[in-house]
Amino acid sequence: MSGAREKRDPLARKRLRHVPPGARSRAMHALSARAAQGRLVMQACSDCDKVTYPPRDACPACWGELGWREQPAGAQVLCETTVRVSTDPYFRDHMPWRMGKVQMDAGPVALVHLHAALHPGDRAHVRAMVDRGGNAALFAIPEGAIDLMSDPQWREFVVPVAGRIALVSDARNAIGRAVVRELQTAGAELVVAGLPGPALASDAYDAVYALDRVQTIALDVTDPVSVAEAASRIGGPLDIVVNTARHVRTGGMSAGNALVEQRRALEVSAMGLSRLAATFAPILAGRPNGAFVDVLSSAALAGDAGNAGFAAAEAARLSLLQAFRHEMRGTGVRVLSVFTGPVDDSDHQHAPPPKVPPVRIAGAIAEALANGREETCVGDVAADAMMRWLADPSLYVREKNL
Amino acid sequence: MSTTPALLSDLAVAIAGGSIEIVDLTNVLSSDFPVIVLPSEFGQCEPFRIETVSRYDGNGPAWYWNNISMNEHTGTHFDAPAHWITGKDVPNGTVDAVAPRDFFHPAVVVDISAQAAEDEDFVVTRAFLEEWENANGPIPPRHWVLLRSDWSKKVGTVSYLNLREDGAHSPGPDAGAMRFLVHERDCVGLGVETVGTDAGQASHFDEPLPAHSILHGNGRFGLQCLTNLDQLPTFGAMIVAMPLKIKGGSGSPLRVAAMVPKA
Amino acid sequence: MTRRQAPYDGVVVCAPVTVPYRRFSAEPAHWWAGRALRQLRDEAGLTPADIDGFCFASFSSGPDTAVGLTQHLGLCPRWLDHIPTGGASGVMALRRAARAVQCGDAELVVCLAADTNQIDSFRHSLSGFSRFSQDAVYPYGFGGPNATFALITDAYMREYGVTRAEFGKLCVAQRANAGSNPVALQRKPLSMEAYMAARPIADPVHLFDCVMPCAGAEAFIVTTPERAEQLKLPMAQVLATIERHNAFAEDPVQLRGGWVLDIDQLWEAARITPTDVDTLQVYDDYPVIVAMQIEDLGFCPKGEVARFIRETDFTIEGNLPLNTNGGQLSAGQAGAAGGFQNMTEGLRQILHRPLGAQVPQAKIAAVSGFGLVNFDRGVCTGAALLEALP
Repeated sequence: MSGAREKRDPLARKRLRHVPPGARSRAMHALSARAAQGRLVMQACSDCDKVTYPPRDACPACWGELGWREQPAGAQVLCETTVRVSTDPYFRDHMPWRMGKVQMDAGPVALVHLHAALHPGDRAHVRAMVDRGGNAALFAIPEGAIDLMSDPQWREFVVPVAGRIALVSDARNAIGRAVVRELQTAGAELVVAGLPGPALASDAYDAVYALDRVQTIALDVTDPVSVAEAASRIGGPLDIVVNTARHVRTGGMSAGNALVEQRRALEVSAMGLSRLAATFAPILAGRPNGAFVDVLSSAALAGDAGNAGFAAAEAARLSLLQAFRHEMRGTGVRVLSVFTGPVDDSDHQHAPPPKVPPVRIAGAIAEALANGREETCVGDVAADAMMRWLADPSLYVREKNL
Repeated sequence: MSTTPALLSDLAVAIAGGSIEIVDLTNVLSSDFPVIVLPSEFGQCEPFRIETVSRYDGNGPAWYWNNISMNEHTGTHFDAPAHWITGKDVPNGTVDAVAPRDFFHPAVVVDISAQAAEDEDFVVTRAFLEEWENANGPIPPRHWVLLRSDWSKKVGTVSYLNLREDGAHSPGPDAGAMRFLVHERDCVGLGVETVGTDAGQASHFDEPLPAHSILHGNGRFGLQCLTNLDQLPTFGAMIVAMPLKIKGGSGSPLRVAAMVPKA
Repeated sequence: MTRRQAPYDGVVVCAPVTVPYRRFSAEPAHWWAGRALRQLRDEAGLTPADIDGFCFASFSSGPDTAVGLTQHLGLCPRWLDHIPTGGASGVMALRRAARAVQCGDAELVVCLAADTNQIDSFRHSLSGFSRFSQDAVYPYGFGGPNATFALITDAYMREYGVTRAEFGKLCVAQRANAGSNPVALQRKPLSMEAYMAARPIADPVHLFDCVMPCAGAEAFIVTTPERAEQLKLPMAQVLATIERHNAFAEDPVQLRGGWVLDIDQLWEAARITPTDVDTLQVYDDYPVIVAMQIEDLGFCPKGEVARFIRETDFTIEGNLPLNTNGGQLSAGQAGAAGGFQNMTEGLRQILHRPLGAQVPQAKIAAVSGFGLVNFDRGVCTGAALLEALP
């Protein structure tokens, strides 16, 4: 049941998809930005160490400066309710809704979305999720292993793959091939594997494309006609788009420059994303758990003298992705970024280890979907790049080019 | 009273009346039409791309138009001598300098379709051409030599480019054949149905890529991605091929037509 | 550290008015405020020039505050206040106005609360209610106050062994009291069976635990005994008051209110005890808050409210007449005016000018306010003891 795709009476009036109320304070947005990375943070006072929630602008104990700190997820359920009446359109569509109050081990109390199995007195694990409107929401789940997907409230915060239809934009490259396999294994009803031209005679015998519930389709993200035709050929509902297209080439600006390659990289990374987004966004917006996943390089974070065109293209991609994410907020479609460093594939023969095996990227995508996480770094290079960039962007640009 | 010389008015009448048939030798220029694929260390040929600017909509309520982009060698296209290093110093070697009289040349059609069907890597040799002349008559000077391989019938399938792990597989001439056509038959150029004048595996020939090298080194032209060659007579067709006047261009997509007298 | 409260000598409260509530109103809060002033004009003969102090409370007067209201309603006060504390605003308005009058900053203060209720305005006013609510409450099911008080009710029932039957008794008694109030929105008798069988709204809160949002206005006058006499208005004196905000912030769930911090001083300053109270008017957004006030104001020991409720008759004829107009649970909740109706109703009972039935020989009223759920609990509490002057 948890994996069932929403099927509709074709004669029924189109269902309007609402999102939860979206207004938040600046401090709460800071919490959301961290929740988007899968981190549970609350503010702690730099003077007295008191942890505070909801987010404030001054410590309520000593008026000291507050900073964001990772917090333990443990909590105890204090009380519960099942909301059966709401004036909010989103929650009206999802009644009844269980919520409760927990005492966080970190100190504060918090209102939370309450997993169906939790009751007052129970120990719980609090996860900072991102709601359908893109804002952080605390979700209390039971401790230990549990089938989260069977909880309909949980499913509102994640992107189920089982029983869904997914498109992989470039299933010819190593990442895309791994993603096709991963989604197929995760129980997708259908994985549409996009193959950019030219078609190869060997495609017909390829083990990945020959998998059960996998279908190939000609799709070149640099070609608006191809993208439009792919969309019309897919025709029916599409729940998830994973954009794996990329064009990795080395080259600087003055030395070894290759404007054709730079342009190509921009066409694939930036314009390709735009074309996919423009074409598939309306389809995803009509689905109950629509998601767009983009695999991009951590090269997007800083200019790179040795890979100027690629880094620039990925930077443009990151910018477009951010715009797309916020554009889709009102539709409930999740836009997830998965950052990777150099991949262990033919594009990165020049790069020294560590390199990320494509299968690991595929696993990270599945995990990002399963957690509805907006921002994921796969592999040490991407995680390290993100950490350093967040800490000091100008230093990171220098270090990256040493 | 007509001011048109009799020759041209006769031509106009013949075309209008159908006694001269115009055969379109051009493939549809579309974004999914394959382009030549080079080894990945080289820059690649951009395929045709079309993006709508407006179509009677907010961006242009009463008009429809598109932005298009492509390589000079995308779709049915013309190769000028400057395309190849051997032709870099040929006078008037770029498309803008092609003499207008070269827009019109008669053609001889060499049918290799049976051989190409047998052997996708069929190589046209001097010996083959001499044998062909024995059977069909000599190849006249200042003609386009068009290789009818029926390869255009594969457009839309993987076997058009016919890429495999060891590269493309498609028919084409060897160096001996090219020297024969250029030096001994004074051809205007070579026209083919495949994506290049050279065979798919021609980079591995003893003299690699002989069609490009010998044609352009001697100021001759190439026409690629032709279609409907099966509708042409062996002798007697007149080819109209006018590349775009791209300043310093190495080639150009174009519309190629043949005038074919009906019996 | 706490200074003793000075007595409210030379101050009286009088002229309670209630503009009959409506479930929905297209008229803005300003119209309702104007109606309240007109009733004061009709009952006390006031003109704008008589009012030199104005204290206003409203959730729906935006973008105007008390400032805009002065110009809108032609007032020229020398003392002005705007009270944003909702359910605690009646007690707080009284406290501020009383000191202003006592110290001569003003001679006649009109305390006025007015709110409208347009279709769908409840949802809009909820979503912009407070920063903590917007950040950390409404995203969790958007159950509004029902959900917040469901959590408090759930914890309170577990902690003190109170059951729905006790809450039901309070609601049924208040509905009985509303029976004689011609302006109560809900006067149809409520049976215990119907209470228990009501549909759940946010478990364990059920339909009859919830107030009905509506439009309305309430007002009263704080002035000197001399001025009240001139206006021929029956009057009451203020025995004592308390007020507290954000008390017991470390309590994980609100099981007690700020009254607990100050209640001893209240009774001490008034020189009476709860048994002297003739009628109790408490803020009643949910029965759990009524029960909490009964405990925290000292009418019964903490944790014993279930027994106390079972043993007490809260009807007008009973031994502790409670929310005698029906309270918000039956009369309706007109926004900030809901925080004034306990004050106007308490006053009316001890001045013997009731809307409906009169509590026999009522002389002393205890009025309690509770307001503003900023996050997970009501932040503002207050109470006042009023005694009719002969």
